[in-house]
Amino acid sequence: MQFPLLSVIVFTPISAAMLLLLYKPEQKKAIRITALTAALFALALSIVVYSTYNKAAAGYQFIERYSWMPAMGISLYFGVDGLSVPLVLLTGIVMVTGVMISWGIEDRPREFFAFLFILASGVFGVFCSLDLFMLFFFYEIAVFPMYLLIAIWGWIKTREYAAMKLTLYLFIGSVISLVGALVMYKTSGMNTFNMLDLEHAAFSTGFQKTWFPFVFLGFAVLGGIFPFHNWSPDGHVAAPTAVSMFHAGVLMKLGAFAALRVGIMLLPEGAKFWAPVIMVLALVNIVYGAFIASVQTDFKYVIGFSSVSHMGLVMMGFATLTPEGLTGAGVQMFSHGVMTALFFAAVGMVYDRAHTRDIPRLGGMIKPLPLVGIGVIIGSLVSMGMPGFSGFIAEFPIFMGIWKTQWVVAVIAAISIVVTASYVLLVVRKVFFGRMPDEFEGHIAPVRTLDKIALVLLMAIMIGIGVFPSLMVPWVQAGVQHVLALLGGA
Amino acid sequence: MSTILPILPEVMLLGLGILVLLIDPFIKKDTDRRNFLGLFTTSGLLLTLVVSILLARPAGPVLVFGGMLRFDWLGFLFKMFFIFAGAVTALFFMDTEKLNQRAEGFLLLLAASLGMCLMASSADLIMLYLAIETTSIPLYVLAGFLTGDRKSTEAGFKYMLFGALTSTVLLYGFSLIFGFTGKTNLYELSSHFTHFDLVATSITFLVLTGLAFKVSLFPFHFWAPDVYEGAPTPVAGFLSTASKAAGFTVILRLLTVVFPVISLDWSLILAVLATLTMTIGNLIAITQKSVKRMLAYSSIAHAGYAMIGVVAFSQLGMASVVFYLIAYALTNLLAFGIIGIVGRATGSDDFSAYNGLSRRNSNLALGALVAFLSLAGMPPFAGFVAKVFVFLAAVNSGWTWLAVVGVLNSIVGLYYYLNVLKSVYLFRMENQEEEKNPLAVRRPVAVALVVLVVGILLVGILFGPWFGLASRAGLALF
Repeated sequence: MQFPLLSVIVFTPISAAMLLLLYKPEQKKAIRITALTAALFALALSIVVYSTYNKAAAGYQFIERYSWMPAMGISLYFGVDGLSVPLVLLTGIVMVTGVMISWGIEDRPREFFAFLFILASGVFGVFCSLDLFMLFFFYEIAVFPMYLLIAIWGWIKTREYAAMKLTLYLFIGSVISLVGALVMYKTSGMNTFNMLDLEHAAFSTGFQKTWFPFVFLGFAVLGGIFPFHNWSPDGHVAAPTAVSMFHAGVLMKLGAFAALRVGIMLLPEGAKFWAPVIMVLALVNIVYGAFIASVQTDFKYVIGFSSVSHMGLVMMGFATLTPEGLTGAGVQMFSHGVMTALFFAAVGMVYDRAHTRDIPRLGGMIKPLPLVGIGVIIGSLVSMGMPGFSGFIAEFPIFMGIWKTQWVVAVIAAISIVVTASYVLLVVRKVFFGRMPDEFEGHIAPVRTLDKIALVLLMAIMIGIGVFPSLMVPWVQAGVQHVLALLGGA
Repeated sequence: MSTILPILPEVMLLGLGILVLLIDPFIKKDTDRRNFLGLFTTSGLLLTLVVSILLARPAGPVLVFGGMLRFDWLGFLFKMFFIFAGAVTALFFMDTEKLNQRAEGFLLLLAASLGMCLMASSADLIMLYLAIETTSIPLYVLAGFLTGDRKSTEAGFKYMLFGALTSTVLLYGFSLIFGFTGKTNLYELSSHFTHFDLVATSITFLVLTGLAFKVSLFPFHFWAPDVYEGAPTPVAGFLSTASKAAGFTVILRLLTVVFPVISLDWSLILAVLATLTMTIGNLIAITQKSVKRMLAYSSIAHAGYAMIGVVAFSQLGMASVVFYLIAYALTNLLAFGIIGIVGRATGSDDFSAYNGLSRRNSNLALGALVAFLSLAGMPPFAGFVAKVFVFLAAVNSGWTWLAVVGVLNSIVGLYYYLNVLKSVYLFRMENQEEEKNPLAVRRPVAVALVVLVVGILLVGILFGPWFGLASRAGLALF
C-alpha cells in the first residue's frame, strides 16, 4: 500500500497539538521545539506531494479513502488536484514561518501553538478533502481556533471586538453554505457526500441558480468578498503576527478555494448565471480595497486592506470562468499567500521593536532592520504585479481572462494596480527610508536568526516563481482543466 | 431467568440503591463516608452498565411483562446512557457539600435513574406514568437537597409545584385516551388515532403539554432557569441532560407509536414550537450574567434543536434526535461539571468567576473549551455532527426553512458560548494573581471530566458507529 501522505499531512498538526497539550505549561522551550519540528515535518511532506504530483496525468492524486459512515455516504476521502497542491504547500510554508516568527511568544505558548496547529489541520483538511461533509468538518475546525488566537494573543485595543466579529462572520458564512450543501445532498438523491460523484449529479439549472449564491457567498465570506469583507482588516490587525500570516496567507484562500470547489465545481450552471454579479463584487473588492488601503495610516491596516484588494483578483479570476482567469487565480492564491505572510511578518517585526504601527511616526527602519526592509520592498513589487515576481505571473493571466470576457472591467480593475503601486511604495518610503525619529534611535534591536530564515524563505519563493513560472503554473493548469471540463460539459 | 433480562439494569439499580442505604450506617467518619458512598455508587453503576451491555442486549423489539415494557434498542441505548450519566453525576456529587455526606442523595440519584430507565422502555400508559413519577419525585427532592440554602429550597419547591401540575395535565390526557379507547397499551392504541378530530387534538394537546414541561419546550420552559440555578450543580446537570433525554424518549415513542398520523398534521405546530424554543432560549441566554443560568437557557435552546429532528419525522430524523440527545447530554454534563468546580472554588457562578481560569488551571480551561465549543456545534466535538445530522434530517424531509432557523440560532449560540471562553482565556482576575490562586480539581471529578471529554471527542470524530447505534434505536420506533 502506498504511504498515506495526505492523511499524515492533515493529522500531523493536530497530533502535534495534542502532544503539546501534554507538556507542562512551563516547558516553553520544549514546546517551541516540538512545534517547529512538527511544522517542518508537515512542510517536508507537502514538498514531497508538490514535487511528485504528476502534472501530465492531472486529476486527483494521492487518493486515500476510508469509509467513515457508509449509511450516509460519508467517507474520509483525501486527494489533491493541481489547484489544491500549491495551497497545501503554501500552508506548510506559512506554518513553518509562522512558528519561527512566534518563537518569542511568552504568554501561554503551549496553548498558542496548540490552537495554531488545530487551525493548520483544519486548513490542510479542507484543501485535501474530496468529501463534502468532511470539507465542512475541517472548515469549521479552521474557524474556531481563530477566535481564541486573536482574542488571547491579539492586539489589546481591538482584539475582543475583532475576534468576535471575525468568528461570527465566518460562522454565518459557513453555516449558510452548509444548508446549501445539505440541500445538494438531498436533491442529488445519490446518498453520498463524495464530491467527485456530486460533480455529476446533474442538478437542474433552476436549482443551481437558486443555491449557487448561498453556497458560493457563504464560503466567499472567508475569501473576503465585498460586501462581507469587513471582518478581515479588523481581524488581521488585531491578530498576533503568526495568526495574521495564517489568516491572510492561508485562511482567505480557504474561503476562495471552497467557493471554487463547492460553488463553481458542483454548481457550474449557477456559476455561469451568477458570474457577472461575482465579477462586479470582485471589482469593488479590487478597486475599493486598494483605495481604502491607500488612505490608512496604520501599517497593518494597509496590508489588511491590500489583502481585500488582492483577494478580489482571485474572485475575479474565478468569475471569468476562462482558462487564463482560473489559472491566474490559482497562482494568485499561492502568491498572495506568501506575499501577505511576508508583509505581516515584517509588520510584526517592526511593531515589536518600535511599538507603533503608525506610518507617520515611523521612518528610517532600513538601517537597523535591513532584511525586513528588503522583504517589504520585494513584497511591494509582488503586490503591484512587477514582472520577475510571482505577482506578475498571477495577475497577468487574470487580466487577460477579464479582457476576454469584459474589457471594461479589465480597464477599471487596472486602476487598482496604479493605486497599489502608489501606496505600497509610499509605505516603503515612509517606514524604511527617510530620517529615523529620535525616539527609536538605538532602540531597534536586530531581528533574530529564525526571523531571518523565515523572511528569506518567503522572499526566495516569490522571486523563484516570478523567474521560473514553470515551478507553479503547470500544476495550476492541470487543475484548471478539470474545472473547465465541468463548466463546459455541464 | 431469561425473562428478567429486559429489566436487568433496573433490578441492579434497585439492588444498588438498597445496598447504599444499608452500608451507610456502618461508615462512621465523615471523610470516609464522602469517598466511599460516591465510589461505591459509581462502581455499582459501572458494573450495572457492563453487565447489562454484556448480558441484556435486546435482539428484536418485544413486549414483555404483559405488555408493560418494550425491550428494544431505543430503550436499551438510553438506559445505558442514563446509567452512564448517573455514574458521572455520582462522581460530581462527591465534590458537593452535603450531597456527598448522605446516602439519601445517592439513593435518590439511583431512584431517578431507575425511573428514567423505565421511561425509556415503557409501553403502557400506566407504566409510563409511574415511571415518570418515579423519575420526578426523587429529582424534586434532589433539587431542594441543600436545605440550608434558600435558593435550593426554592428550586425544589418550584420544580415540584410545576411538575405536579403538568403531571396532572399529562394524566388527564392519559385518562382521556383510556376513556375513548378502553386500552392502555401504546402498541394497541396506534389504530385508534388515525384522523384528526377534537378528541385526538385535545388528547395530543394535553399529553404534549405534560411532556413539553419535562424537556422544557416553549412555552413550558419557565421553571428551568430557576430550578437549575438553585439546585446543586450536579443535580442541575443531571436534570438538564438525563431527565431531558428521558422526556424525549417518551415524546418519540408516543408520537411515532400512538399518534403517527396526527403527528404529521401537527408537524407545523411542532416546527413552530421548535423555532420558538430555540430562539427564545438563545436570545435570553445572551443576556445572562450567571453562566449557570445561561446554560439553563441554552439547554432550552438545545431542546429546540432536538425537536427539529422530531419534526422531520423520518427514520433519519428519529436517529438524529437520538444522536443529538446523547451528544448534547455528554457535553452538558461536562459543562455543568466545570461549573460545579468553579462554583465551589469561587463561590459564584457569574461570568467574572471564570476570569483567568486558563491561568489558574489550564487543563480545566481546556475542558471548558471542549464543552462550550461542543455546545456551540464546532468540530471535532460531538455537537457539530449532531447538529448537522438534525439539520440534514430536516432538509431531507423538506423542512429547509427549519434547518435555516436552526443554523441561524446556532450562530447566536456561538456568540454567548464564546463569551464564556473569553472570560476563561482572556480576562484576568482582579488582582492578576492567578498563579498564586491555582484551582485544584479533586481526583474523582477530574476522572469524570476526562471521561466526558474523551466521550465528546469519540462521538464527534468516530461518529459513524455511534450514529449506527442511534439509527438502530430510531428504527426500533417504527
